[in-house]
Amino acid sequence: MAKNIQSLERAAAMLRLLAGGERRLGLSEVASSLGLAKGTAHGILRTLQAEGFVEQDPASGRYQLGAELLRLGSTYLDVHELRARALVWTDDLARSSGESVYLGVLHQKGVLIVHHVFRPDDSRQVLEVGAMQPLHSSALGKVLSAYDPVAHNEVVENERKTFTPHTITDVRDFEAVLDLTRARGWAADVEETWDGVASIAAPIHDRRRMPVGAVGITGAVERLREGQDLRGDLVAAVRDCARAVSRDLGASRF
Amino acid sequence: MTDAHTTGPFIAAIDQGTTSSRCIVFDKDGRIVAVDQKEHEQIFPKPGWVEHNAAEIWTNVQEVVAGAIAKAGITPADVKAIGITNQRETTLLWDKNTGEPVHNAIVWQDTRTDALCKELGRNVGQDRFRRQTGLPLASYFAGPKVRWLLDNVEGLRERAEAGDILFGTMDSWVIWNLTGGTDGGVHVTDVTNASRTLLMNLHEMRWDEKILQSMDIPSAVLPQIRSSAEVYGVAKAGPLKGVPVASALGDQQAALFGQTCFSEGEAKSTYGTGTFMLMNTGHTPVNSYNGLLTTVGYQIGAERPVYALEGSIAVTGALVQWMRDQMGLIKSAAEIETLASSVEDNGGAYFVPAFSGLFAPYWRPDARGVIAGLTRYVTKAHIARAVLEATAWQTREISDAMTKDSGVELTALKVDGGMTSNNLLMQTLSDFLDAPVVRPMVAETTCLGAAYAAGLAVGFWSSTDELRANWRRAAEWTPRMDAATRDREYKSWLKAVQRSMGWLDDES
Repeated sequence: MAKNIQSLERAAAMLRLLAGGERRLGLSEVASSLGLAKGTAHGILRTLQAEGFVEQDPASGRYQLGAELLRLGSTYLDVHELRARALVWTDDLARSSGESVYLGVLHQKGVLIVHHVFRPDDSRQVLEVGAMQPLHSSALGKVLSAYDPVAHNEVVENERKTFTPHTITDVRDFEAVLDLTRARGWAADVEETWDGVASIAAPIHDRRRMPVGAVGITGAVERLREGQDLRGDLVAAVRDCARAVSRDLGASRF
Repeated sequence: MTDAHTTGPFIAAIDQGTTSSRCIVFDKDGRIVAVDQKEHEQIFPKPGWVEHNAAEIWTNVQEVVAGAIAKAGITPADVKAIGITNQRETTLLWDKNTGEPVHNAIVWQDTRTDALCKELGRNVGQDRFRRQTGLPLASYFAGPKVRWLLDNVEGLRERAEAGDILFGTMDSWVIWNLTGGTDGGVHVTDVTNASRTLLMNLHEMRWDEKILQSMDIPSAVLPQIRSSAEVYGVAKAGPLKGVPVASALGDQQAALFGQTCFSEGEAKSTYGTGTFMLMNTGHTPVNSYNGLLTTVGYQIGAERPVYALEGSIAVTGALVQWMRDQMGLIKSAAEIETLASSVEDNGGAYFVPAFSGLFAPYWRPDARGVIAGLTRYVTKAHIARAVLEATAWQTREISDAMTKDSGVELTALKVDGGMTSNNLLMQTLSDFLDAPVVRPMVAETTCLGAAYAAGLAVGFWSSTDELRANWRRAAEWTPRMDAATRDREYKSWLKAVQRSMGWLDDES
């Protein structure tokens, strides 16, 4: 069996110590309880503090468990919370782009639509909340696959169906698409899922830079494209919206 | 929220609300260009008393106007008009020579005039002025608050009778100050705010002499009643100097206007802590025999006034907060949907949140909250579902009362407010009402309504038809429930409501 990493073992011991009966401990108490030199103990505590796992009481200088540990136990972002936070920004995106807006999260092997704003043209539209989109061909799915390792595993390990002549199914071609997505910060779907339909999507991150969802617009390919390229103003509007929602999640989660 | 794509001209709307003052700048498409907001202090001198410092409010209003204009990066020349919307019924008296309030403003929630209202009802009771005003005699409204101030602030009655004192709701206070205050400020109110005083005759749109006499309020203190959309004056100073002040609407009426409910039978419902539903009843004030209020919806310039029926629900969003804060069953308000969605139905449980009695259409102060239909099968998820259903059923009851009073069936309900982000609630609402539920693209319907009215007054927008064309549907929920299920569930809900009544033995 491979040797364990000593500093991690010591860090774990410190967390257990701080979680014990006495909740706040000074540096020398921590060092002596674990049989460490003060300098060594201080280095580990400082690192844990930087990660938010340990906090130092400014008055007494004593250490206690940090809020980050609580967050670890309950990191799951409620999708309805996500929708509530995204509401004004997605409305604004629909108005400025003139297209319908979708907000999606990873669910099992696909993208679950958790919020949908109608295209602002007064045509009859049906609310698609609860619908699923494919991970490998939709813009929302590509964003999630590019940023979320769990989504990436799902899409690589499962069958990637051909929906149109443009659908990318080969795993190496698909990985190249994800590289591009990560490099430029957004993904596109130009008639890869539905004929005549294009989408642009960007990632939503929470305060710890975890990808929690994707937001995008969908519309007729003729409207979203200018020549052979997707319209830059629309890409910018989608990314602005994703950033605004991310900022909202970061600013007010705790 | 700024957007580089929008260009002027613009309309600025001031929302003088219960907890904060806000200013929002809108462009011609009704899109938000900039927002600024500032909260003010809630003063609780005694249990049941709620006051605001009107001088603080005026300072805040000036700040948020300056803030929004700065954020939008525009000049007064880009702003074509200022619109006002405000917390309704909150009452202020001030000295017209110094511009200083003679007392804190008495807020609409304040119940200090309960006993006075009983006394004013004499042998007739609550409905003594209903025929003229459309309202029951209740501490909620402005008239009794004016009377209380005249009776309780030393020397005030003499100064009022000498013509040195002005009365106004917050619209009047903001407009008077904007247009110059002691230096030529105009002393006006609009028909919607005046319709919440208990002092205005709804049919004639005039202060009612007889009621003024009964309440012992000198007419010298009263503002002039004007329409909701006309130029009252121009801003005399500040970042919007020279811009016309061109609308005033109470907040719920402003939301009705912002939702473009311009036709008879159109209704909006605003889902916050509580819920206010208003239905446009056209040019006739409809008397309510089902516990609703008759009120003015709006009046555009010299056009005929449009009336509305209003129903309020005391506890809607507040019930979700209660589940979070008191019960600890959810961590955030949005989580109620997650919990409720984990089951298919309410498991037989019904939650009647009559925390402070039942409001419209029952008006039963002796009722208290109940959860009915409990069995061992019921989980917290079923209760969460019952919580959302309670909001939907209460809306249905108001809607039924409106149909009974007006004879008009609800064709679709326009919704706004924080709870509209709850998809399950919106679907349930549509199912229970058996009508489409529609959410507009701009959530800020209150400010938008004030902006629309001001824009109409100065010709920024040409007609209500143009405003309607501006309105954008962001989402629509259509009924999916079969009639038999709906009827059975409604019956159970009504049974649960019966169980909540008569809990307090002695209602004095």
